[in-house]
Amino acid sequence: MRIKDFSEEELLLPGNAACQGCPSSLALRLALKALGRNTLMVVIASCTSVLQSPFPASAFDLPVLNMAFATGGAAGSGLAAAVERLVERGVYGERPTVLVWAGDGGTYDIGIQALSGAAERNADFIYVCYNNEAYSNTGTQRSGATPYAAWTTNTVKGKREWRKDVAQIMVAHGIPYVATASLAYPTDLFEKFSRAKEIRGTRYIEIQAPCPPGWKFPSGHTVKVARLAVQTGMWLLYEHRDGATTYTAGTQRIIQGKARRLPVEEYLKVQGRFRHLFHPERDEERIEEIQRRVDRVFETLEFTHRLKEHIMDIEMLPPR
Amino acid sequence: MRLVETGNHVVAHAVRLCRVEVVSAYPITPQTQVVEEIARFIDEEGYECEYIPVESEHSAMAAMIAAVAAGVRAFSATSAHGLVYMYELLHWAAGSRLPMVMANVNRALGPGWNIWCDQQDAMSARDTGWIQLYCSTHQEILDTVIQAYRISEDPSVFLPVMVCYDAFTMSHTYMQVDVPEQEAVDRFLPPFRSPWRLDPSSPITHGSVIYPQDYEETRYSIYLAHRAAREVIRRAAEEYREIVGNYHGDLVETYFMEDAEHAVVAVGTLALEARVAAEELRRAGYPCGVVRIRSYRPFPVEELRSLLGRMRTVVVLDRAVSFGLGGILASEVRAVLGGEGPRPVSLIAGLGGRDVPYTLIAERTEAAIRGEAMEEEWPTLALNERHLVSLRGLEALRRGEHP
Repeated sequence: MRIKDFSEEELLLPGNAACQGCPSSLALRLALKALGRNTLMVVIASCTSVLQSPFPASAFDLPVLNMAFATGGAAGSGLAAAVERLVERGVYGERPTVLVWAGDGGTYDIGIQALSGAAERNADFIYVCYNNEAYSNTGTQRSGATPYAAWTTNTVKGKREWRKDVAQIMVAHGIPYVATASLAYPTDLFEKFSRAKEIRGTRYIEIQAPCPPGWKFPSGHTVKVARLAVQTGMWLLYEHRDGATTYTAGTQRIIQGKARRLPVEEYLKVQGRFRHLFHPERDEERIEEIQRRVDRVFETLEFTHRLKEHIMDIEMLPPR
Repeated sequence: MRLVETGNHVVAHAVRLCRVEVVSAYPITPQTQVVEEIARFIDEEGYECEYIPVESEHSAMAAMIAAVAAGVRAFSATSAHGLVYMYELLHWAAGSRLPMVMANVNRALGPGWNIWCDQQDAMSARDTGWIQLYCSTHQEILDTVIQAYRISEDPSVFLPVMVCYDAFTMSHTYMQVDVPEQEAVDRFLPPFRSPWRLDPSSPITHGSVIYPQDYEETRYSIYLAHRAAREVIRRAAEEYREIVGNYHGDLVETYFMEDAEHAVVAVGTLALEARVAAEELRRAGYPCGVVRIRSYRPFPVEELRSLLGRMRTVVVLDRAVSFGLGGILASEVRAVLGGEGPRPVSLIAGLGGRDVPYTLIAERTEAAIRGEAMEEEWPTLALNERHLVSLRGLEALRRGEHP
């Protein structure tokens, strides 16, 4: 799959109300190209409520139901249940895909109960969390997805806690498909949506969404920051299905030793939200803490990779 | 078909007769039997319906909204804490102008935990834009759920409808009901049709950002829909009588009001208790009648004005309080009368399932007739040592005696 093979149909129309360099609009554009026109969409309170443009205009060329903040999983369930009945009655030509679109506030915090309930019931929808790691729509407050040490308007000296990992929580739900994606790896993202579309049941895809005003970097650098997140190991790309996790794209290349993992500093220093780690003086302790945590994750991933290779080598040996 | 059933199970029969296709609900006493019975119909009796066992009432209502937006008929049932937990989405459902029906079993709110009858739950949600209908018999519950879909889906209404009935006195007691034939219900209630639905072949965006220059009109449309609903409720009751044969009043039901000079106004089973009280008072020579409010929202403004304006005495029974004002129904009846007729006497009674015997209603109504009642009374109140402890504690705090 190459970018030039993507559909040229735009289901998120130009002229919408997104900020310059908005990661949500880029994510929507790519995801909707993969899912196509036969999609019913729920959008819960988030930047996407705003960027679709105010009534009576709409930047979506899809049916969209805007819903209250905590309702992503529940509204998706209701829509999926109705689709089930309508498919039975032959109302649609082809079964439409139900897509729930939510931010990290709506997923990690206020909406996790509804999402967890829906996942446990294996409700038939794709749930997307575009994770800009803060409440960007209300002016950048901390969320459960905000990383350690990041500035937000209510963590002015940097967040004291580590983020939680909802993608792994979704893996623990035993749903048919979980994936993470990055805006810097569009073919990987596109392929994950294409695969998710072919599966029934609850599918969860989380896209890291670097937010220029919230993370404080120039609006032309969204993709660059997204790429650095993967290259430094601060964001992992993988998919999980049938009980097994497969690392993909940039993350896979690091684990396989085909690409060098960059120091986390390369990622931190290009974002104003981590400026206090470098100015007025370098905060070696916190930078080190973040680096150690990433190192530990990759030690395990690389060890597991080598172990698997080793086992495969043994299996390939001729029987004695 | 004639059944002897609980008020809750009667709802399940009505839901199936209405060919509801999505039910989403969360267990709460005393409602749970409603959705248990629906789930059993689906599993054991071939009822074709998607049942979503959601993880909260907030989600129950969200799932309903999305299901109706996709174009199917949906139902939920709840009570008390469940209802107030979905408060945000009650507004969302009405604001979306989506027709749906929910049963609410009127129950008290904590703390402390009290599962018995009280109307504070639904009356606290009166301004959400939902139509609220209150029942007083099992037959009326069944017939009202069916009428509720018809009212809800009427093109001049298109609003959600809540069907309320009293905890335990109705939800868990058994009474005889006549279940109408499917064919009769189908004649009364045509298949669900909507001017819009989520459909890939004609995309629309619903509920996005709306600025001040457009928002107020959306609220005005709900206001107009409630005005139109009055006539729709009357027509639904009338046509239901023609097709099915049962009638329980429309916005109100009255007892002995033809020659009454004194009236008791009440909602739900309290109105039936008041009817017994009125019979008692008539035997004592007081021409007393009862007005049972069936449609709480829209409020029966014209009916109450014409019925109560000519009374010598009006007594209003409330099983809910607007703290800082008084009996909710009493204040509304006063507002509707606007100084016409007598100043209504407000009785706040039976909160949290406390018994309100007809003898007490008769006694306080007689006192009101004789001008011996206070304007506002709590006639079932019985403050004792247990209850005075907290008052004394606050009194001590006021005097500065607490550490």
